[in-house]
Order: sequence, then C-alpha cells, then structure tokens
Amino acid sequence: MAAIFQGVGAAAALSSSLSNSFDSKKFVSSPLRKGASFAVVRSDGRVNLNPKGRRAQQLISNAVATKSDSAAASSSSKPGHELLLFEALQEGLEEEMERDIRVCVMGEDVGHYGGSYKVTKGLAKKFGDLRVLDTPIAENSFTGMGIGAAMTGLRPVVEGMNMGFLLLAFNQISNNCGMLHYTSGGQFTIPIVIRGPGGVGRQLGAEHSQRLESYFQSIPGIQMVACSTPYNAKGLMKAAIRSENPVILFEHVLLYNLKERIPDEDYICNLEEAEMVRPGEHVTILTYSRMRYHVMQAAKTLVNKGYDPEVIDIRSLKPFDLYTIGNSVKKTHRVLIVEECMRTGGIGASLIAAITENFNDYLDAPIMCLSSQDVPTPYAGTLEEVTVVQPAQIVTAVEQLCQ
Amino acid sequence: MYSNMVTLQTLDTIFYEAQRQGRISFYVTSIGEEAINIASAAALTSDDIVFPQYREPGVLLWRGFTLQEFANQCFGNKADYGKGRQMPIHYGSNKLNYFTVASTIATQIPHAVGAAYSLKMDKKDACAVTYFGDGGTSEGDFHAAMNFAAVTESPVIFICRNNGWAISTPTSDQFRSDGIAVRGQAYGVRSIRVDGNDALAMYSAVHSARHMAVNEHRPILIEAVTYRVGHHSTSDDSTKYRPANEIEWWRMARDPVTRFRKWIEINGWWGSEAESQLRSSIRSQIAERAEKPPVNDLFTDVYDNIPSNLREQEKLLKETINRHPKDYPADVPI
Repeated sequence: MAAIFQGVGAAAALSSSLSNSFDSKKFVSSPLRKGASFAVVRSDGRVNLNPKGRRAQQLISNAVATKSDSAAASSSSKPGHELLLFEALQEGLEEEMERDIRVCVMGEDVGHYGGSYKVTKGLAKKFGDLRVLDTPIAENSFTGMGIGAAMTGLRPVVEGMNMGFLLLAFNQISNNCGMLHYTSGGQFTIPIVIRGPGGVGRQLGAEHSQRLESYFQSIPGIQMVACSTPYNAKGLMKAAIRSENPVILFEHVLLYNLKERIPDEDYICNLEEAEMVRPGEHVTILTYSRMRYHVMQAAKTLVNKGYDPEVIDIRSLKPFDLYTIGNSVKKTHRVLIVEECMRTGGIGASLIAAITENFNDYLDAPIMCLSSQDVPTPYAGTLEEVTVVQPAQIVTAVEQLCQ
Repeated sequence: MYSNMVTLQTLDTIFYEAQRQGRISFYVTSIGEEAINIASAAALTSDDIVFPQYREPGVLLWRGFTLQEFANQCFGNKADYGKGRQMPIHYGSNKLNYFTVASTIATQIPHAVGAAYSLKMDKKDACAVTYFGDGGTSEGDFHAAMNFAAVTESPVIFICRNNGWAISTPTSDQFRSDGIAVRGQAYGVRSIRVDGNDALAMYSAVHSARHMAVNEHRPILIEAVTYRVGHHSTSDDSTKYRPANEIEWWRMARDPVTRFRKWIEINGWWGSEAESQLRSSIRSQIAERAEKPPVNDLFTDVYDNIPSNLREQEKLLKETINRHPKDYPADVPI
C-alpha cells in the first residue's frame, strides 16, 4: 500500500490525478437531497471515521485517463477508503483539529447541528463547544472575530453558510484579513480559512447562487482555492489550515455528494497547483469546481468525435498556476476556459488576461471563454440550466476552436 | 501617569505642527482625551491585548513605545515597524500587544472579541481591550461584537470614548439612546459610565473592569465621557461646525491634564519646576531625517512568501525605475 502512494507522497507538490475514479455523467445530475434513489448517494450521510480500506464499489471512469505515475491506481482492490465530498472535508477538518489544538471552527449552525451541509458534523461533540463555535447571524462580525482570533494565535476556520452571505463580510475580508499582515509590517499573521458552498445549485434562487470568487479575486493578501473532488477537497482543506496566509476555500453546493476513494494516509494538496485531469494534445480546457464535470462529460463526446482534449482543473484561483497552464498551452496551442462565473469580471476574464500576456506567442487561436451570463440566477429550473455552461456548448466550442 | 499625559500632549503638538509645516502628510491628535488614554493603559497589564481605533497612542506610550518610534511611523521611514505601508498614526507593535490601527471604523471591535475568545481558550490571565468613539457605536460591527462577547462570555473590555463628535456629527445626530452605556445593557453586558477627563476615575473603572473580565469571563463596557478638543484630524477644521468658545472652554476649564496636575500638586508630589523641566526634555527627543523604506518592501508581507505574480510585478517596477531614474525620487533605495 505504501508503495503505490510513494510517488504522490514524495513529490512535495502532490499534483493529484490519483484516484480520479468517478463517473462524471452521474454526478452532474445527482440530486442534492439525501435519501434519493441513487446508488452512490448514501441515505443518511453517516460519517465513517474508521477508514480501514472498505471494499466499496469501484466507479469506472470513461473519459478520464490517469497520469502515468499512478498507473497502479486502476487496480480494482485499491487501498484507501471511500467517502463523499462533504465527508472528506469533515475528515480533513477533524484531522487538523486533532493535530493542532489551535484549530477551531466558527460559523452559523456549525456546532450541534453539524453545519447546513454537514461538513462540521460530529465535531462539536468531539472537540467541545469552545472549539466549534455557533455564532449569531452577523457575518461581518464573526469573520472579524475570526481575524482577531487568528492574529492572537488561533487558527480559525470560518464557515459562511453560503458563500453569498460572505458578501456581508467583505469589509473584514478585504480591509482587514487581506491587509493587516502587510500594513503591520509583517508583525501580525492571519492564518484564517474562510470556506463555504457557493455556485449555482438547484433552484436556490439568485441570492443563494453567488459566485464570489470573482468579487474576491482582486483582494491582495488572500489566497483562493476551489475544490472539486473528495481527494482535493480534503487535501486543500488541510493545506489551507496549515497555511500562514488567509485562504478562501470555495466549495460547490452540488458537489457535496460526490463519492470517491481517497488514501488513508495523511496528505495535503498544494494550494498553488492546478490538477491535470486528462492529458491531451488538441486543446487545453481550463476549468474548476463544478464545471469540471460538465467538461469531462463533454470530453466523452469529444473523444468519440476524435478530439483529444487536455483538461486541467485550475484549483488555485489566486494565484493561477501559470506553470502547469503554460506547459499545456505550449503543447496544444488552443485554450478554452469553462467557468461558472459571470462573463464580466470573472475568473475567466483574469485568466484570459494572464495567458495572453504570458503565452501569446504559443496560441494558434484566440482564447475562448465560456461563462455564465451576466444575469442573476433565475429560480425556474429550465432557465437556471441555461445560465450555466452545458456540455453541448463545450463540445461546440472545442469544435470551433479546432477548425 | 502624569508625565505620560504631558508627553502625549507634547507629542500631539509637535506632530500637529509638523503636519502643518508639510513634513508629514497627516496626523490625528488626542487632545482632551489624555486621561482616557493613559489612565486606562495604566490599569491594564502588558499581557492585555489592545485593539485601538486611532485616537489612543497614549496606550502605546504607556507601554514603552518611544517618541522616536512614533516619529518613524509618522514619517514612514525605514525604521517604521509597519515598513512605511500605512498612513501616519496607524501604529502597531506586536511586542507591546497593540494591534496595528486600521482606518476602518469599528472593525477592530469584533477582532477584540475573537482575541478574547482565544485568550479564554488558552486560559490566559489577560483580557482584550478595544477602544472606539461614539460614532463607532453606530456601525454594525459594534452591535454584533457586543452580542458575541456576551454570548461567548469572552474577557473583553469595550472602552467607548464618547467625545461628543464624529468628525462633524454631534452625538445628538448619531444616536438618541441615553449614551452608550444603555446599549451594553441591552446586550447583557455590564456597563458603566465614567467621567473620561478624571484620570483617577478612569483608572479605577478600568481596573475593576479588568478584574471582572478576567476572573468572571465576562465582557464589560465602559463609556468614558469626554470632549474632543482637537479637530478630528489635520484634514478638518472643527470651527466650521462648532463654536470656538465651546472648544476653548473644554480646553481650558476641563483639561484632564491640568486637572490631574492640580491633584498631584495639592498632594505635594509635583511643582512648576518639575513641569517645565519635563516639557522641555520631551521636545528635544525626536530626530527626523532618516532613510525611506526600500521599494522591496512594497511587495513583501502581502503573503508569507512572495508569490510569482508579485515577483513579476516587482521586477517590472525595478526595470522601469532603472530605465527612467529621473522620474523617481532619488532618496528611495531599491
């Protein structure tokens, strides 16, 4: 068991393409509610804290090719344990809380209720009310409180019940969290993690479908990462907690019930690295969070049509991993960005600027960017579906790009 | 305590004049609030963590910040602990447990609650102390922080300097409640109203508040009633919105420094000779010409390690400076 993960563990950067065993098609349409009649979603979301290599069903990937240094990953009786994404986050959080007594959690309903998406389930019982704090409803203030606690030596993990609510905390995040390390001349560090679910869900309405990464990306002093699989969710959570900088971890409402097999050992994912999901030759598709699954679904169709897309989950939204992205651009010479942000001022807009500035000579065609429209997300299901990028659009875009 | 109050007064005068002469860009005085500054600092221990607004340099002074260090920050030179990144009067010193001032109003109040929470978890014999003005109590952060402190039973002392003015807004336009002390009560926080210009009253209020906060794990609110004798800052001329004779009256008849001096003189501990000696020795302590912080420091400390995008920006800037040295000041090192 140790031998298989040697390669992953030894590379300090830990680019994780290991254990990307999922069926992208199923997860895109997986319902959010538990108890749905769906094979991969557990009915009660019970957390198994005893990972002893359970032999759960192996999900076969179709359009995903794993990287060569993890060739052994495709064996059927893989070690590790299987869990859902929210459980992976919970596991990461729990392990860090055990490892370092300064780690604490603050947020609305994170205590005995376990969090509105159950990421903090069981933690209050295990670590006590003092380390898992239920706060009153004042986002700016409990974020401020987290910042004060961080400056004094704790390592708080602040949960926004929905990323959209963190708009209320913008003042604290921008003027204090991002700035105080700098303006104090390095005297005070703020090792805080701010996390929460965002993105367009299933008919949650405009106010609960915000994509905050576009608003936060300019704030100097913070780092932003977006998780997309149970493996990188746990890895990024742990890395964010261990980082001395303030980190904002973006989760997605629709990805919490993804199931995957992850290693039993302690591992972290590098906060500044992108993930190579599928190596290819014809076109580089850059994406993150939920759109990764739409891209992978489109990739299936594209492969059938004879294209060979290279899919990279950028993961690190600030700063961008221009090294991985650059290498890919130099190989394929065509770039398509698929994001859930709005067209104007989103992550895609910044990414286009960064790539054009640095790799213009390597491009054979202008960069294409597929984003959500500049509209508040409507409630009606059919309308909501057309505001986000769908696999069919991705296929069309690649075909256009590769003409 | 008295000599610190005098030092603070002198410090304020010198820097205010320096701003008027164009040597520093900005300054905020604490005239009229010396008793609040010094007496409250005297009643705390050096382990107590202070989250200031911006009118509390006296607390730093009490804890040992030298006049030179104040000057370094105001002039933004190389020796500034903030490395020249913040405006004047935005002091900060982690070794003196005084958190760097941020210009935003009332954002430090929830910080204090968080810090107090951290002290409680670590079971330290210390509390968090935060200062703010009457205007700051209108901010949402104040209310939520008070509420949080009460609910989490954190050892934090909220000191409100009710000095009657928020730039040009008098308290009658700021709130209609009976001062600030009632607000604390509304949140379940024990509150007290104190004459902020009486150094001894201030000292004893903070002293008992600290005892209660640390031993009983509860927040305390102290409303110190005073008057902002100076302008809001060097960008303000308060005679535009308040009568000059009102300002004069408070400066002369109700000056906290004079009041305290009378008390110590009556007790035979002070005299006019000691007074003039003290005042002249302070003025001579501040040097001015010092090196500016280097351009390097523009990019450090944004994160713990400099990321590649910032390195790129730094390189670009240095190249530009090297190519067009005439367009950049000569006395700033790279």
